[in-house]
Amino acid sequence: MTLDSLALYLVSLATMGGIYAVLTLGLNIQWGMTGLMNAGVAGFVAIGAYTTAILTTGPSASHLGGLGWPVWAGILAAGGVSAVLALPIALVSMRLRSDYLAMATLGIAEILRLVVRNEDWMTGGPRGIAGLPKPFETLGTPVSQLAFLGLVLGMIAVLYWFAERAHRSPWGRVQRAIRENEVAAAAAGKNVEAFRLQSFVFGAFAMGLGGALLAHNIKFIGPEAVEPLIATFLVWVMLIAGGSGNNRGAILGAFAIWTLWAATEIMTAQLPPELGGRAAYVRIFLIGLALQLILLFRPQGLIGERPPKPLGQID
Amino acid sequence: MIADFVSFYLMPGIVLGCIYALGAVGLTMLFGILRFAHFAHGDVMTVGAYVAFVGVGLGLSAYQSIPLAMLVCAVLVLAVDRAFYRPLRRASPIVLLISGFGVALMLRAAILFFFGPDGGVYEQGIRRPMVFPTEWGRFRIQERHLWIIGGAVLIALALHLFLTRTRLGKAMRAMSDNPDLARITGIPTERVIAITWAIGAATAATAGVFLAIDTQFNPLMGMNMLLPIFAAMILGGVGRPWGAVFGGVVLGIAEELVAAPIWGGEPLISPAYKVGLSFAVMVVLLIFRPTGLFKGQS
Repeated sequence: MTLDSLALYLVSLATMGGIYAVLTLGLNIQWGMTGLMNAGVAGFVAIGAYTTAILTTGPSASHLGGLGWPVWAGILAAGGVSAVLALPIALVSMRLRSDYLAMATLGIAEILRLVVRNEDWMTGGPRGIAGLPKPFETLGTPVSQLAFLGLVLGMIAVLYWFAERAHRSPWGRVQRAIRENEVAAAAAGKNVEAFRLQSFVFGAFAMGLGGALLAHNIKFIGPEAVEPLIATFLVWVMLIAGGSGNNRGAILGAFAIWTLWAATEIMTAQLPPELGGRAAYVRIFLIGLALQLILLFRPQGLIGERPPKPLGQID
Repeated sequence: MIADFVSFYLMPGIVLGCIYALGAVGLTMLFGILRFAHFAHGDVMTVGAYVAFVGVGLGLSAYQSIPLAMLVCAVLVLAVDRAFYRPLRRASPIVLLISGFGVALMLRAAILFFFGPDGGVYEQGIRRPMVFPTEWGRFRIQERHLWIIGGAVLIALALHLFLTRTRLGKAMRAMSDNPDLARITGIPTERVIAITWAIGAATAATAGVFLAIDTQFNPLMGMNMLLPIFAAMILGGVGRPWGAVFGGVVLGIAEELVAAPIWGGEPLISPAYKVGLSFAVMVVLLIFRPTGLFKGQS
């Protein structure tokens, strides 16, 4: 491997890690801050990815849309549509206790997957939607990749700023109060359901953005492009490993676990071919084991939650 | 007409329902005892089906392999409990749920590693159904369907006797009703938990083998069963074994019937969406009646 291709590889690694960081930040708003157990992360990723795919591709007979919107509009719309669709889901499910919420969100995500697979007129069915524009592509190799990475990192920075701001604000304090003791928060006159709903929608917005970035990065989205259980699971592992409740932890966890995930891919690629095909399963197993070990020995994650500095001292 | 309906929709529905029931009954008992939604339950079913596949390879029939599958799954699940769940028992149920999520992926990855992604059947070739000509038409019943229904009924009865007639079974119900009260009356809670895991794993293993006998086995079978059995559990009221059986049978039959062309020659919903029925039922129930049709734990 030459130095150039190594550098390019690192850029693509950082890009994917960054996209996952967007998703993890979204989940941290829902789970880390408010304690909403969303087991349907992949559903919101899919909503975002398909939204931008439909809006930004050229005209096509094989799926809905092909409106040829600019990429930035597609990405923003992806977050918006994801948040809008999260609203009715949240309206009906925010009363649920967290394990029931997990089942409900998983069920909703699975129904979404069925829709994506079967409604060919809208999503292209099993063939998916190909040919998404990748921004900056005209700039040529290294610059275009670096520019896309810059876009992802910029997105993380903006989300981080908002999430951190929310975390330190009275709004975030209420969310944490709800997470710790719902009854007490309600007794203090807080509208628990409304606060949980806002948190869920905010998180879904970030997940929609992440899904759109994912689709533009690989220029394709299909029902199998995002394996639902693994996508959801990976984001969960990242958040727990990094430290749920801590926005920096969420970002760190995403990059750390994605690097590990990619490193195991390199290692398993060295295996003889008859084993190489099965090595992917070893990776999944090891990620599962890593989660168990973190839960057992470092449940607070790499950097655990810290009480926020009050607003005004924001750096 | 009626014969076709029974042969091709009602019977397969009942069989699917029995399989759901076997899966849901363990899930609901575990929820009752541990207050914990076991996300790896579907993958325990997959493991059971693959153990029976190994049994078939050793010369046993699929039915004879069921005890083997039960045993292996029980041991496996007890080991998983010891290694991963037990240290977390004092943590919040959500941490356990996430841990179960991880165990599910680990089991699935292990199956994929050892057996590959393709799956298969226990026995090649097509079995002709038994034909019963009657005045209402020719009923065609698969022999395996009778075995599966019989097996499920037998297990349900055995479980009922265990829960109502034995000390341990009564202790289990007491613990499900009120864990703290059970503990201070001297019920050996860890032993009850272990027995519950064993029963849950054994019923799940049986469900997995039955599903593989009825259709085929593959590494994703259990994951695909997970939401329907959750739905069955919630439909019957969480923590109630008979409720779970009822919920399973109802959902199994409903899933086949909505795809049957009896509603004016057209299926009610497209067959592609029939698996979505359980998900939809589950979501609707969770939202409007989370304690199920018969009042279970909230």
